[in-house]
Amino acid sequence: MARTLPPRDVVIVGLGWTGSILANELTDAGLSVTAIERGPWRDAPTDFPPNAAQDELRYRIRHELFLQPAQTTFTFRNTMSQSALPIRTWGAFMPPNGVGGGGVHWNAETWRFLPSDFVLRTHLTQRYGARFLPPDMTIQDWGVTYEELEPCYDRFEYLCGTSGTAGNLRGQIQPGGNPFEGPRSRPYPTPAQEQPFSHTLFGQAARQLGYKPFPQPSGNLSQAYTNPLGVRMGPCTYCGFCEWFGCANYSKASPQTTILPVLVRKSNFSARTECEVTRINTDAAGRHASGVSFVDSAGVEWEQPAQLVILAAYTIFNVQLLMLSGIGQRYDPVGNTGVIGRNFTHQTISDVLSFFDPAKFIFNPFIASGAIGMCIDEFNGDNFDHGPHGFVGGGYMGQVQTNGRPIESTPVPPGTPSWGAQWKQAVRDNYQSALQPGTGVHGSMYSYRDVYLDLDPTYRDRFGRPLVRITMDFHDNEIKQNRFLTDKFAEIFMAMGARQVEKQYRKAPYSITDYQTTHLCGGAVMGSDPHTSALNRYLQSWDVPNLFVMGASAFPQNAGYNPTGTLAALAYWSADAIRTRYLKNPGPLVHA
Amino acid sequence: MPPIRRRDLLAGTALVLLETGVARSAILQGELPWEPAPEHSLYPNTAGGWHFFTAQQAAMVEAMADRLIPPDPQTPGGGQAGCAVYIDRQLVGPYGSNAGLYERAPFMKGTASQGNQSSTTPAQLYRAGLPALDSWCQAQRGHAWVQLSTEQQDEVLRGLEAGQIQLQGVNGETFFQAVLKDVKEGFFADPIYGANRDMCAWKMIGFPGARYNYRDWVGRHNERYPYPPVSIAGSPDWSAGG
Amino acid sequence: MRCGIRLAVLVALLVLPSLTWAQAVPHGQDFALIERGRYLTALADCAACHDDPVSQRPFAGGRSIQTPFGMLVAPNITPDMASGIGGWSDAQFDAAVRYGRMPSGARLYPAMPYLYYSRMSRSDTQAIRAYLATVKPVSHNVVSDQLPFPFKVRALMRVWDALFFHPSPWHARADRSAAWNRGAWIVEGPGHCEACHTPKGWLAQDKHARALQGYVTQGWFAPDISPDAQRGLGGWSEQDIEQFLQRGHNRLAAAAGPMGEEVEDSSSQMRPDDLLAIATYLKSSGTGAAPASHVALAATDARMRAGAAIYRDECSACHRLDGHGTPYLFPDLVSDNAVQARDPTSLLRVVLIGTRSVATNPEPTAPAMPGFRWQLSDAEVASVLTYVRNSWGHAASPVSADQVSHARSQLQRESAAE
Repeated sequence: MARTLPPRDVVIVGLGWTGSILANELTDAGLSVTAIERGPWRDAPTDFPPNAAQDELRYRIRHELFLQPAQTTFTFRNTMSQSALPIRTWGAFMPPNGVGGGGVHWNAETWRFLPSDFVLRTHLTQRYGARFLPPDMTIQDWGVTYEELEPCYDRFEYLCGTSGTAGNLRGQIQPGGNPFEGPRSRPYPTPAQEQPFSHTLFGQAARQLGYKPFPQPSGNLSQAYTNPLGVRMGPCTYCGFCEWFGCANYSKASPQTTILPVLVRKSNFSARTECEVTRINTDAAGRHASGVSFVDSAGVEWEQPAQLVILAAYTIFNVQLLMLSGIGQRYDPVGNTGVIGRNFTHQTISDVLSFFDPAKFIFNPFIASGAIGMCIDEFNGDNFDHGPHGFVGGGYMGQVQTNGRPIESTPVPPGTPSWGAQWKQAVRDNYQSALQPGTGVHGSMYSYRDVYLDLDPTYRDRFGRPLVRITMDFHDNEIKQNRFLTDKFAEIFMAMGARQVEKQYRKAPYSITDYQTTHLCGGAVMGSDPHTSALNRYLQSWDVPNLFVMGASAFPQNAGYNPTGTLAALAYWSADAIRTRYLKNPGPLVHA
Repeated sequence: MPPIRRRDLLAGTALVLLETGVARSAILQGELPWEPAPEHSLYPNTAGGWHFFTAQQAAMVEAMADRLIPPDPQTPGGGQAGCAVYIDRQLVGPYGSNAGLYERAPFMKGTASQGNQSSTTPAQLYRAGLPALDSWCQAQRGHAWVQLSTEQQDEVLRGLEAGQIQLQGVNGETFFQAVLKDVKEGFFADPIYGANRDMCAWKMIGFPGARYNYRDWVGRHNERYPYPPVSIAGSPDWSAGG
Repeated sequence: MRCGIRLAVLVALLVLPSLTWAQAVPHGQDFALIERGRYLTALADCAACHDDPVSQRPFAGGRSIQTPFGMLVAPNITPDMASGIGGWSDAQFDAAVRYGRMPSGARLYPAMPYLYYSRMSRSDTQAIRAYLATVKPVSHNVVSDQLPFPFKVRALMRVWDALFFHPSPWHARADRSAAWNRGAWIVEGPGHCEACHTPKGWLAQDKHARALQGYVTQGWFAPDISPDAQRGLGGWSEQDIEQFLQRGHNRLAAAAGPMGEEVEDSSSQMRPDDLLAIATYLKSSGTGAAPASHVALAATDARMRAGAAIYRDECSACHRLDGHGTPYLFPDLVSDNAVQARDPTSLLRVVLIGTRSVATNPEPTAPAMPGFRWQLSDAEVASVLTYVRNSWGHAASPVSADQVSHARSQLQRESAAE
């Protein structure tokens, strides 16, 4: 029998980026807010200080900051005809855990999506005709536009102190920035980070080839910064321990370094850590949420009643909680009905390894930050004419190498044995003069009818709940896209003077063992039509109006950028709708 | 005047346990939690002796590590670098028992894209793999593994890698890949884990180790970084005594 | 101007000899009096000792107070009749606050800073009393006196008082500004800054000749806040002092430990004019310490070379290679003279076990220094501290491995006790 806690105005499931943003906005509105977080509290001085954080084995290889599959995992198969099997150890992506969520161990690449990304189906249909799109591609418009989200992007960038060079200021194209970006209302809050050698060379080569390279927008700050909440950050020191690691010196934007110091001081906020929400409780009709149930780390079940429920967990866990709570109709790919689990996507990335003359190039690859890099955006979204190429979508590409950590980053030329004297000599010869950008080609993945989430019939978690089942494979459109982009990418490394390049095309089948970013998207998407979306344009559940669902689970398909900037902008967008509209008149904000 | 620093107490109350006593669940409110000088738990015991391997098995692993990463005039091999020590400590730790991984049945064979579906732990793999390799060498080459010539050892390793050698009760290729991965990880990991002795692997490639500040070098393009590597356990330069 | 009038009133009140003055001012309804009392309670930082550390109930007592002679526990000063001070008369309250005398006639120990509070007036304690009468009564019995024999004998305090406690009315100095006088009154009176910052004699009495030159208390070295250029506040502007007290952070330094608590409970709640008054006084009072005789160690010294390496590898990610840190975030080791303190107790503490700086509304970040005791040996801690104390123009005594070892065991005992 669950014990019931005193009611709160708002309960938030998960205290990562979106949970922290919503908690801060809604406590500002005077509401009492409790956040319930599955993982522990952690921050730099006690958990990853600058004398312990730089441990590749502990954090990169053993995944210390992440959810452990023993706590819960997913099952995976490529196609509907296969039996899904559990992901026993993480590979393709890394679900976060703990206060700050993915914001603790992200690279802090802080992008905006293109204006056309938000009206994707309309835009592509108008430009290329409906028949240009594969018949099973289920891309759709978001129901919100770039212009509407611009102030929200701006708020997030100024919260984080994002370092970058504007490319489009109120419609005026700016030198040195990304000329393809949507108009921004003001410059980045801090100038772009200084670029190390290889990143600089990439920019020079790209310019020679006629591209317009620009520094990647970075949440690793170029200089000290004080955000509008009064929280201070320091300058990044290019330590090269960023992605998979917590930042030890307050220089990477995270909830801990931007919001939480202010949030915890508010008397109308509290959070419970190491407590796992097991379901969203609703009334008998399933039309009103009454709060959530959760289990603490001793296994005791509690109920937290609340007027408003905000789901702010990682993509798949948002979807899982909706499914386990019986909210919304579950997606059925055969009948093409239902919405919960629909339009699940990831990212189509690939890499190019390049090898330079060790006598002429010393790259010092360990001098880097998570969001360092020079990029080009000529081949992203619909920035180029797809007509001749027979695919849609694209991505940015760049020398975005984040580290020279040796377990992971000791590339050897193709054909080198994987061990022995030859391998050792190749490692020695190439460490300083080889480049391994990581997510060098960062392509979109569009949505398809047979790529989706549902509940596994066999495997269960430690509470006996069914695991979420992922059914995912690459489709020809993405494979073609990746081939085109990877070839273009490799040309730039050749222009930099590489003696040898190895193109690592993304190939089908999608493998759960290869890391391909943690950018899982969709499954509870936003939109204008309750038949094809779980949420309206304000991230409000069509079925339960006092439930809002944050995060990339709302993306109808994934664009060729990192998702955090957009999911944070959506959080501000939704919070504003709650504050200015929902609280005045609780109920559906959009009538279907 | 007060010896109890209220800040610490507040931080303590910010982590008030829920009613259950043993729970680690905590309430976060009022102030950012703070814990003075937490001990970093993965700082492992590298004291002498073998914790997992028998002396004979340890010698086998050292010999394997020396073939996978052979010694050369500039840099020790995997054996001398301590890779067997590293693996020994890892196998008695969480890694050896698959702690934290999803270990629920049923275990079924899947496609390559579905990842490892074996219920075998790394500790079990080494426990079975080392004797099986030794038996194979005795039977097929007339000597125990450590007594083979380095050429013979290389040939056996290539056979395992190619899946051409079948070991008794163990998949030879799986075993080989596990050893290769572990040897390389240990070789390049921080010396606190038992290998990479004297930061030899980092010196070999010019990785400066557990440093946290390259602001003075980010703009110095194509110039070799001048400072020697540092471990989490320190560096010889930290000593004023010598 | 307002300040000047207040000061005049204050001086007038102060000169009234007042132990027997017991005219009852009705409290409860006099909001101006209560508000004045609330502000004085913040100035006097009563919460620092009297808030209940466990439940955080205001003024309910229960906090342990380490004195050189043993442990005391701060009593409950809520208006609870049985366990608090609800039954005290105003005169009894005044006698306790300003004269260290309990209603029973017993003497208080000077952990209660009546030495300094005696510089307040009867009307001030009346106001404090009026304010405390409005806080929530809490039933919380506290056994205050846990001293060992012979210090347990409170009568001994008569002797101590006779030796060291000479209450006299506070007089403004006519040759100084109103702000200076106001600052002096806060610092020497209710603010009781000297309780921590002034060196003590063997019976814990203040060494007045060395006022505010720093003293070890509660496991920290309360730094030299005299105007001394090398080790005191000589390099701080009045605005630096005001910001530090108000925000807990300024361009040079951060408040942590007991000073962090002071900022949180007391000085962050002071009016800007009072903070500037304190700054005015601190910048132009006292003599400063005797000139330090240290010469900076040579960069070639083995400790300096080791310290430089450790500093680059372990400290520079926050404090920067040039030592300047980041304003309001990471202390400036070059310009914050606490680095050259004659006693390295605080430096040893923050390097060994770390500390979190105070959070205030204008500076909510509360950055923290990690602890290094799990990683650095005694010799290594000694080297890096010796390095920062003798670099960038600094010249201060080297820190020895023995000092580190001693601090390490001290901190170990302290955390075991908690």
